[in-house]
Amino acid sequence: MSTAPALTIIGGRLVLQLGEPVRGGLRCVGGRIDAVGDVAAQPGDEIVDAKGKLIVPGLVDLGVFAIDKPACHFGGITRAALMPDQSPPLDHPARVRYAALSGKPDLWVHPLAAATRGLEGRELAELALMRDAGARAAATGRGWICDSGTMLRLLQYCAMLGLVLVVHAEDAGLTAGAVATAGEMATRLGLTSAPAEAEALAIARDLALAELAGAAIHFRQVTTAAGLALVRTAKARGVAVTAGVTPAHFMLSDNATAGFRTFARLSPPLRCEADRQALRAALADGTIDVIASGHDPRGAEDKRLPFADAEPGMAGAETLLALTLTLVRDEVIDIGRAFALLAGNPARLLGVDAGRLAVGAQADIAIVDPETPWLVASERMAASAGNTPFDRQPVQGRVTALFKGGARIGS
Amino acid sequence: MQASPPSPPSPLAAGRYPEGGLAFPHRDLLAIADLPPWEILYLLDEAEQWVELNRQKVKRDERLAGLTIINAFFENSTRTLLSFEIAGKRLGADVVNMHAAQSSVKKGETLIDTALTLNAMRADAIVIRHASSGAVRLIADKVDCPVLNAGDGSHEHPTQGLLDALTIRTAKGRVEGLKIVICGDVLHSRVARSNILCLTTLGAQVRVCAPPALMPAGIEAMSVTAFHDFDAALDGADVVMMLRLQAERMQGQFIPSPREYRHLYGLTLDRLARAAPDALVMHPGPMNRGVEIDSHVADLAGRSWITRQVEMGVAIRMACLDVLTRRGRGVEGWT
Repeated sequence: MSTAPALTIIGGRLVLQLGEPVRGGLRCVGGRIDAVGDVAAQPGDEIVDAKGKLIVPGLVDLGVFAIDKPACHFGGITRAALMPDQSPPLDHPARVRYAALSGKPDLWVHPLAAATRGLEGRELAELALMRDAGARAAATGRGWICDSGTMLRLLQYCAMLGLVLVVHAEDAGLTAGAVATAGEMATRLGLTSAPAEAEALAIARDLALAELAGAAIHFRQVTTAAGLALVRTAKARGVAVTAGVTPAHFMLSDNATAGFRTFARLSPPLRCEADRQALRAALADGTIDVIASGHDPRGAEDKRLPFADAEPGMAGAETLLALTLTLVRDEVIDIGRAFALLAGNPARLLGVDAGRLAVGAQADIAIVDPETPWLVASERMAASAGNTPFDRQPVQGRVTALFKGGARIGS
Repeated sequence: MQASPPSPPSPLAAGRYPEGGLAFPHRDLLAIADLPPWEILYLLDEAEQWVELNRQKVKRDERLAGLTIINAFFENSTRTLLSFEIAGKRLGADVVNMHAAQSSVKKGETLIDTALTLNAMRADAIVIRHASSGAVRLIADKVDCPVLNAGDGSHEHPTQGLLDALTIRTAKGRVEGLKIVICGDVLHSRVARSNILCLTTLGAQVRVCAPPALMPAGIEAMSVTAFHDFDAALDGADVVMMLRLQAERMQGQFIPSPREYRHLYGLTLDRLARAAPDALVMHPGPMNRGVEIDSHVADLAGRSWITRQVEMGVAIRMACLDVLTRRGRGVEGWT
């Protein structure tokens, strides 16, 4: 499929599995990885010297709300799972097919099918047709499916089709109208809030139904201690459950909303410090499987508003890698696990042959200097909008080269 | 013949406050949470002279003559708007009222564009009320003149906090050490938040009382004691401040019925007897007589200070308008 010449990357440190990187390189032929480790370039190969930097799989971002190539490429993302919350929603095979092609040629876009028509949580969408049109999983979108009967039928149907159901877990009865987590901060700011338990409540129900249906369920963001505990015990008894999170929830607590900062208005809302600490522990112990960007660029018309009137969401694609590397520097996780969270696990969930540096896998590769310092600056981001709660934050870790299917991006 | 204004007490002479503009080093008045105790006291002391003036036959001072004050009310208000309008006019300012109902807000204009428009009118101060928490701060960031928060969502209503503190200080001679009960819809109340901050900053012991559904989470972190039992909260209280049920902010049902609410949280004469014998009764208005407060209590001579709160409100707003426009007017020591 690829007409690019064979590519040989030498002189790097390969991030393979859990544990420390190993010195070496890799060779890609025909868009796939042909050899890993102690490789030698063949005549005619394009040769790239990694100069001692990390050679890692391209990031697989399980959950973006917009296709934003400059931001993805800046952040080392070669594959983005597109949430069905588009306008109109991805609830029709034709839209799924169109979305699946929309990243060509330099970004893989994996559409997630809207689980219900119009994402309204009532009628099942045409999931089989959408699967065959290229949908890699089904998703409930930004909302939770309130009706337990609908949710059970949906999970049974997904199980039959072999689709993972990606779920947003917040009990809608508790969160109606809420823009913050109940607690001191929301009280001081006078913001409508919902108790953090809304998440555990939703996860408990959805886990029970998924177990009943024998379905694979992925909670896109688990952000509370109680929610994580439910996922942990379900995993222990063998339920097909996985959990994700975005960096905002392991980096920030609801203190970040002080001064009504709408860039910190997220869904689910930021939690208390104890929940943030529980999340870091869950990243360390394996309860969390995926770190995603939740990339949702929002301009001033959506964000320069009173807090409750602003849209939730943050532009996260550019900062995903650097913020995840803070967990490595803080010794919460090692570098191998960081890339399992960012690439290997989400690739497996989406059923794509990528996200790992192994012979035969798609040659989506990034070269990363984990030390390069830079300053997150909202006003000059590659993303189509600069709505990041990490504005002015110094971070470390930059992508120096990115390859999709063995072909260099941006060359 | 024009009555000369009484000479105001001079707090500066007493050496209680930092010199000149350092006594109130803020451009805006957005939240009591921004103020240390001496700045609150400074505004209260400044207001005393206006309480006096407002009791004269001719209630007029010209210090704001030639200044334009815009009252931009994005949420309906009668009492607060009137109070700010009278305060501005008594100081000689040209006061213009903008009602959201007549404004381009209804035509889809964003709040920021409205703010920029107001700014271009070159007002000398803008008084803003908005239904959304934080909206007033958002506008303040976009304009060049002092901004006064006249209530933003469920966040703060700082002049109400100040006027209630002034009322209590006038009646009791102090705020420090008093046991003050705030009872009602604390969850939705900006008045409660500003009062809690103002009164605890001045050293009062504040008790808040509400049914669980109307009690904000984590309220204890604001240095108050929380009660669900009104009778227990009232025990020995020096001040009882009642709040209205804010049905317009409620999404869903928070209490079964007004009758049931009165049964548990209505301030009756019998209940009031649990408080200190000379306890003050206060209410920010508008009152729902027969729900949170009985008419007998609301009208109780010598005990109910509800109309005095309204009086103190004008004086506090005069003080705030005066203090906040001093930099713009080039008052000595404030430039």
